[in-house]
Amino acid sequence: MAAASESVLLEIEDLHVVYQTDLSTVYAVNGVDIRLDYGHTLGLVGETGAGKTTVALSILRLLPERTGRVSRGTIRIKGRDIMTLPEKEMREIRGQTVSMIFQDPMSALNPVITVGDQIAEAILLHDKQGLTRVQVEERVEEMLQMVGIEPERKNGYPHQFSGGMQQRVVISMALACNPDLLIADEPTTALDVTIQAQVLAMMRRLQEELGTAMIVISHDFGVVAETCDFVAVMYAGEIVEYGTAEEVLDGNIHHPYTVGLFGSIPSLESDAKRLSPIEGLMPDPTALPPGCKFAPRCPHRMDVCTEQKPDTYLIGDGDLKIMCHLFGEGTGK
Amino acid sequence: MSPLLEIRNLKKYFEVRNGYLHAVDGVNLSIEEGKTLGVVGESGCGKTTLGRTVIGLETPTSGGIIFNGINLMTCSQKKRRELRKEMQMIFQDPYSSLNPRMSVQELIAEPLLVNRVCSSRAVYEKTADLMDMVGLAQRLASAYPHELDGGRRQRIGVARALAQNPKFIVCDEPVSALDVSIQAQILNLLMDLQEAQGLTYLFITHDLSVVRHISDDIAVMYLGKCAELCPSKLLFKDPRHPYTRALLSSIPVPKSSSRRKPRTNIIRGEVVSPINPKPGCRFAPRCPHATEACTAGDIPLKEVAPGHYVACVLED
Repeated sequence: MAAASESVLLEIEDLHVVYQTDLSTVYAVNGVDIRLDYGHTLGLVGETGAGKTTVALSILRLLPERTGRVSRGTIRIKGRDIMTLPEKEMREIRGQTVSMIFQDPMSALNPVITVGDQIAEAILLHDKQGLTRVQVEERVEEMLQMVGIEPERKNGYPHQFSGGMQQRVVISMALACNPDLLIADEPTTALDVTIQAQVLAMMRRLQEELGTAMIVISHDFGVVAETCDFVAVMYAGEIVEYGTAEEVLDGNIHHPYTVGLFGSIPSLESDAKRLSPIEGLMPDPTALPPGCKFAPRCPHRMDVCTEQKPDTYLIGDGDLKIMCHLFGEGTGK
Repeated sequence: MSPLLEIRNLKKYFEVRNGYLHAVDGVNLSIEEGKTLGVVGESGCGKTTLGRTVIGLETPTSGGIIFNGINLMTCSQKKRRELRKEMQMIFQDPYSSLNPRMSVQELIAEPLLVNRVCSSRAVYEKTADLMDMVGLAQRLASAYPHELDGGRRQRIGVARALAQNPKFIVCDEPVSALDVSIQAQILNLLMDLQEAQGLTYLFITHDLSVVRHISDDIAVMYLGKCAELCPSKLLFKDPRHPYTRALLSSIPVPKSSSRRKPRTNIIRGEVVSPINPKPGCRFAPRCPHATEACTAGDIPLKEVAPGHYVACVLED
């Protein structure tokens, strides 16, 4: 185990997150385990309210202060438990070890500061070598060039850039300090499909060149397929299926929820006249069902599903893990 | 059979500070009764303006809209108002298109009462029918929009559009604000309604897999112009316009192989400004095949195969 932990960048064990308000308690994340090695990319897929963003915010300890709280579990970055770190050390981890990009680039940028100065700010905040002004400017230009923006445009303001260019600026800010882990929360959802293709191609190139580990959060299997080695499918705060991209995207064995998700996407190849959506809605996160969270909507529901929370079973001899009672006998461990 | 709706050389320009924004710039389309025409394109291509102009929410700058054989641009106002009842619209955002202070029942009853579709005595029965039709449980009749999820809100939008028994509905991105599993439910509902009532749709979306699923014919728009128009299957099998090809190859495919596949034909650059555009092909600045002929003059749609129209000099 000691030898293995050398390569582990991020380790999340049994993470539970709740949002507490005066009226109710929202169970947003309910026991998530994630292990991510250096240089690997993980896609977190799920619908609105699955808890994808909450997991990401927990890693950076950016949960809303008054309401959000990690109620159980540990998060270790490079072997250090971040739950107990003082805020000052946490601030060093943010941006330098782990950085994050958000869905809407316009709201991630300050509208009254030039993009060059905003990138410089990120560099200066984490600067330990005492860079001169000229060196910082050089680094800014290098970063812009890396994301495919002409360095001359560093004096422009965010509103002078298109959505795709703004997202490039945000990515260059996130990568300015060479982080070990980049969390991208729906990085291309706000962009048009041809611009999305440009940004995804760029992210893939940067990932190969810099070897940054990534967690890509998306509701779109296509985006995850373009960027990730591993895929985790989330539902109601749990990872219901996890495996390599091959296993989850191309394989035949799935969690019933994953099957439902694929059935909901109109295919570009097949000519199915009707889609086969998942009936019903996601459970109310303030009153989750006791057994399997997906049981109320599941076409394969058994008696045990409504009573007992399923274990996660290892399927086959690869990495595929599925949290479902269907795999409880015979196939699994 | 003559088409139910025909759009002839439709133009809609908006006056802006430094000229005219050509939102829709000479579009010709036609839809037969009971069919779906998908309009697909990226932000700013004019697809929403096209839908709004067809339905009468914008006054066209020029051109003709012929509905059921009658030109809405030249007929009397009384006639137009009558015909307008048969044309309805479903809006993109079920969060902002519903009055938050009205209950589900009131929201659905509103178009019935405003247009005197039925007497106020019969209105409750009629709303209940409409709720059944779109799959809303009766117990939600007195709920308010904020209590409902996006899918149910969009069902209210559909019920409101159906209230006057329209023949033709403009669906403006009706599923893009919804999660995939809910999106599939609404798409199935729209297709079931079409089959049961013989509805005709103009379906506006940016999502190519959705448009392929629901449409009989597809028009690809780029900066106010129609770049390609053909039957849905043909567009995906044999795309001719360089923009259509680029668009199709931009879709991320949910297969693990798409990561290793080199992305060769990603188009560079971004959409240019639609304000006072230069003559010729709007896509020319980004097109890998652009020549002088592309910007010399306007390029009309040309029939390259039966039912397959392309506006590109490569097809000459």
